[in-house]
Amino acid sequence: MTAPTLHPCGDSAISVDFGNVIDAGVNARVMALDRALAADPVPGVVECVPTYRALLVQFDPLATDYDVLCARLLTLATAPRDAEAAPRRWRVPVAYGGDHGADLDSIAAHAGLTPADFVAAHAAAVYTVMMIGFLPGFAYLGGLDPRLARPRRDVPRARVPAASVSIGGAQTAIGSVEGPSGWHLIGRTPARPFQPGRDPVFLFGAGDEVVFAPVSAREWDALAARAAAGDLVVERIA
Amino acid sequence: MTAVLVVESCGPGASVQDGGRVGWRRFGVSGSGAMDRLALGLANALAGNPPDAAAVETTLAGLRLRVEGGPVLFAVAGPGVGMMVDERAVPPGVSVRADPGQRVTLSPVRDGVHGYLAVAGGVATTPEMGSRSVHLRSGIGGAMLAPGTRLPVGDCAALAPRALAPVPGHADGPIRVMPGPQHDWFDAAALDTLVAVTWEVGERSDRMGRFLVGPGLAPRAGSMVSDGVVPGSLQVPPSGQPIILMRDCQTTGGYPKLATVISADLDRLAQMPAGARFSLALVDRATAVDAAARLARSIAALAPRPVGGVDVGRLMAENLIGGVIDARC
Repeated sequence: MTAPTLHPCGDSAISVDFGNVIDAGVNARVMALDRALAADPVPGVVECVPTYRALLVQFDPLATDYDVLCARLLTLATAPRDAEAAPRRWRVPVAYGGDHGADLDSIAAHAGLTPADFVAAHAAAVYTVMMIGFLPGFAYLGGLDPRLARPRRDVPRARVPAASVSIGGAQTAIGSVEGPSGWHLIGRTPARPFQPGRDPVFLFGAGDEVVFAPVSAREWDALAARAAAGDLVVERIA
Repeated sequence: MTAVLVVESCGPGASVQDGGRVGWRRFGVSGSGAMDRLALGLANALAGNPPDAAAVETTLAGLRLRVEGGPVLFAVAGPGVGMMVDERAVPPGVSVRADPGQRVTLSPVRDGVHGYLAVAGGVATTPEMGSRSVHLRSGIGGAMLAPGTRLPVGDCAALAPRALAPVPGHADGPIRVMPGPQHDWFDAAALDTLVAVTWEVGERSDRMGRFLVGPGLAPRAGSMVSDGVVPGSLQVPPSGQPIILMRDCQTTGGYPKLATVISADLDRLAQMPAGARFSLALVDRATAVDAAARLARSIAALAPRPVGGVDVGRLMAENLIGGVIDARC
């Protein structure tokens, strides 16, 4: 395999960069390196942040042999991988359109689809969590049907509801907490991707797979009540 | 009864901070933590705490609180931050006991941005995800302080005042940077420009970032796929005006990063208020690691002496405190 490039990020972090692209194969290599490093830790490494295309490795500069770390990262990144355990896959309920997805009709029209066909296409795919960032628990998903893509809104919204499902460019995402967004809102899950004090605090991790299960607004209300009581509401199916 | 601090007045930028939150960045959770670790360590040392114990961080404005429930040993640190117990001023580098009903006042930060008020036993808010640090944007760790906020104080029997002289502070000189992960995205002259000119800290600066004002830096055209960022990342948005990310920064970002401030200089940068002018200097990894080691040693070496039995307030009133502390150190 081609070697990634190593880029120091100050004295306490290094980025292992697999290429400036959003690509399932590149992202899979990031996740594989993240897992390999977790399984075989280098002394001094504090935590890692996997993103679309790079693994950020943070370390204590006073407890890390930098040359050893760099060599190990390159070795792990280019080593042939054993057959790996399948990623976790979650079925996530979503109420599409209406109050939960204010932009569904407009984005469907932009795609030349009826809202029902748009929802069917969005719910047909298996997505991969390529990165978590922007806000705690905000999951960027790869695998969107290209027909459903649409550039971000010209004017971002100052606040969108927590747990919104949205589309921005070629990506779709599951939000976590309320916050600003320039993405198109197509639905909302009653699940709570981020719930402080719950175990687990976060439902999704980078590398997980997600499928969406459409639910009605009435079902959403019932599921949201369960989620408020601590139920995960999402179902692990692999 | 456990002592409680009741906030009576404060500015909008006061919060509980400790050494920061580790291990959750992969889920998009900022590290947070004190903007100035040396000042946090100093306040904690004077209070008899470990250097990373939770304390109150102020931003520019002062703060007043009332002691309830039991006596508390207080210590303050930060550039030009003064403390008063009721109407009595406490000299720098000395911790002081206050009893229930007394009021402790922190002055505005005269010569920097952030002040720290530590208490023996630490501020004992409920830790969230391994830290008591408040992250304003997500609410993790709790809310910013406001009048009426009640802060529990950790149990601590050792309430004898301590003193340290001279009071250590940050060194002067340029803020040191290393070339960033996307430095090759920029014109070859960009790094030269970065370190050749004088920058000014912009008005929008906060715990998330320092907005730099100066000549624009033009990144090469082209879109960058988001990757991880760290406190210290110097990113260049399309405006060309750099932003240096600070402790509350997001975990990922899509702007190319021309440079990274070395870890030892981030605390010093954090104490530069809007309008402050400074320059940047390129250094290599060995220099950066050496600076990190020096800062860690400075914090570890903070060892105040007990001033047991001395009525600090009375000595101060008689203008004798400097001599007493010198004699004991």
